Amino acid sequence: MIRLEKRPNPSRLWTALTPVLAVLLTMIAGGILFAILGKDPFEAIRTIFWDPLFNEQFAAFSRPQLLVKAGPLILIAIGLSLGFRAGIWNIGAEGQYILGAVCGAAVGLAFYPSESPFIFPLMVIAGALGGWAWAMIPAVLKIKFGTNEILVSLMLVYVAEKLLASMALGALRNPEGGGFPGSRNLSQHPGTDNPELIAGTGLHWGVATAFIAVILAYILLNRHILGYQIKLAGQAPRAARFAGVNPNLLIAICLGLSGALAGLAGLFEVSGPAGQISIDFNSGYGFTAIIVAFLGRLHPVGILLAGLLMALTYIGGELAQFMLGLPAAAIQAFQGMLLFFLLGLDVLSNYRIRLTGFAAKGAS
Amino acid sequence: MKFRLALKGAALAVATSVAGMAMAEDPTKVGFVYVGPIGDGGWTYQHDQGRLAVEAEFGDKVETIFQESVPEGADSERVMTQMALAGADIIFTTSFGYMDATNAVAAKFPDVKFEHATGYKRLHPNVATYDSRFYEGRAVLGHIAGKMTETNKIGYIASFPIPEVIQGINSYFLHAQKVNPDVELTVIWVYTWFDPAKEADAAKAMIEQGVDVITQHTDSTAPLAEMAKTDGIIGFGQASDMGEYKPAPRVASIIDNWNPYYIKRVKAVMDGTWEQGHSWGGMAEGEVVIGEITGPVPDDLKAEAMGMVEAITAGDYHPFTGPIMKQDGSVFLAEGEVATDEQLVTMDFYIQGITGEIPN
Repeated sequence: MIRLEKRPNPSRLWTALTPVLAVLLTMIAGGILFAILGKDPFEAIRTIFWDPLFNEQFAAFSRPQLLVKAGPLILIAIGLSLGFRAGIWNIGAEGQYILGAVCGAAVGLAFYPSESPFIFPLMVIAGALGGWAWAMIPAVLKIKFGTNEILVSLMLVYVAEKLLASMALGALRNPEGGGFPGSRNLSQHPGTDNPELIAGTGLHWGVATAFIAVILAYILLNRHILGYQIKLAGQAPRAARFAGVNPNLLIAICLGLSGALAGLAGLFEVSGPAGQISIDFNSGYGFTAIIVAFLGRLHPVGILLAGLLMALTYIGGELAQFMLGLPAAAIQAFQGMLLFFLLGLDVLSNYRIRLTGFAAKGAS
Repeated sequence: MKFRLALKGAALAVATSVAGMAMAEDPTKVGFVYVGPIGDGGWTYQHDQGRLAVEAEFGDKVETIFQESVPEGADSERVMTQMALAGADIIFTTSFGYMDATNAVAAKFPDVKFEHATGYKRLHPNVATYDSRFYEGRAVLGHIAGKMTETNKIGYIASFPIPEVIQGINSYFLHAQKVNPDVELTVIWVYTWFDPAKEADAAKAMIEQGVDVITQHTDSTAPLAEMAKTDGIIGFGQASDMGEYKPAPRVASIIDNWNPYYIKRVKAVMDGTWEQGHSWGGMAEGEVVIGEITGPVPDDLKAEAMGMVEAITAGDYHPFTGPIMKQDGSVFLAEGEVATDEQLVTMDFYIQGITGEIPN
């Protein structure tokens, strides 16, 4: 018989090992899936994990794209991880991402056609504030009325999507766009653009900010009293109270901070890679970031790696689709497997597997 | 840094040499970027049928590649770039939202031809746009809807308030009203091209309000599945025939037939005669086709509808022929006046008799 035995403390070895194991298992299970679909599994796995990085035909383009795709994921996931560690569940990063983009873009468009170098910093501030304000709605409701922040933040995503559509069709619509929805292009206008900082690297301000956020989050969690309080509140809420942690303040800080980071991600995206506010500007970064946060074990360095890995499966997945003719749904299933195996294997860090025979039974 | 640049240069050199070889001896490589899954049974399905038609027409002389469910925005730009790097000679981008991305990628690959569906921006000499006169088909559906409704309430599941969709709504209502002055139109905006759940919800809401004929400007078959649950509700196939709902609730359909256009344009690339332009084909070019009109529609009405198709195809009848008033009562087209293409592609108002407002 197989028995699970709870470990007194989560195993450090397994905590570090399970993500690697999950990736390997995903490759195997995914390979079987691709083989059933009639594709060469080795070629498919190579196309997804190897070609974007090293294929000479694509790598020069897709390597920088890895940063472009991973940047917002990492930035949002870092913010979410702080709350998740404290047991504060912000599921609505997608909405905060939208609001950050809308507020930032609105500031940039308000100054049009000025090309002043002061506009972009203002847009950054507006973007962060927009995301922050949207996240403060569930925070205030939770503090004042004890509402569930998971539901409120999630529902606000749908409100944000409607707001985005209304902005793309109304207030922020390009007056020279022939009545079509969508704002002016911010990334093609000096002053409001978020260009590549070093040509050919994909490194724009959003990616730089994501890296800075990783470092700051690491310092916060390991060196700062707030980081200690966050960890304590998550692991032992009652003890945290006795230790003088103000739970309401923590809710406001965690939700506000994650909202601000998601808002920043939205602003950098709309002024850079996406270029404009459009009806369906958001493409799920806020939700994918939840996966990235857990894939990275809620640890800043882990999130950095997880964000890059996730971006790799996206870009490699696209290559596999049109190079090998794999259906998009198979790629999505492949990405889903990754999370499935990771969460499934989590058991190993918290439990020990015991093989027990009848002898053991007799002894008990 | 230098190493990176060198790598990039090398990769570009490889990419261009691949493209060069493709022109010399390899098959012409044709790329398609789809907004939905190829199995959507509607918009993307029809574009993919066009891709298969290109393969059938040219056999070994072409190689097609495609990518489905590509989100509009930064993701589509990356997909197009990767296709160009993979040596595509011509790339069809099949959603309105790909407009800026198509032009941005076209600037980087001047030797690759880009064709953007339903857009209007052609910023570079290697970008062409193409569209279909769907409003011609809507006129026929409107005529059938006006005659078939018993509650005098007809519905339109609308995607986005852009001119193409507004043309469809106006054309549908105009021709329903011509045969049934009491008809009322309900429009529900779902802000998506493909979302079966939202589309079905819209259909359900309309049916509950007493609407008994529904047409849709979205791509899934979910509204028809919803209509099938209630007796006496009819609808139409959109983009593709949606024949699995024959003979009812689907009583007719507007089929987008991209095959002739795709074959023509790929041929032009092969012959080296490809030129930038905007194509707006309709029934006359075989791009807009009315699918089989089935059972619940009586024979005389069927004959009338076929008569309309013939008249539009022959160029004897334009669906937007005056007198037509705008919703606010001002004149859009005077007696006998025919709408110009310019008036159609900028259409941002409802015609008289439609209640509600276009969201903005």
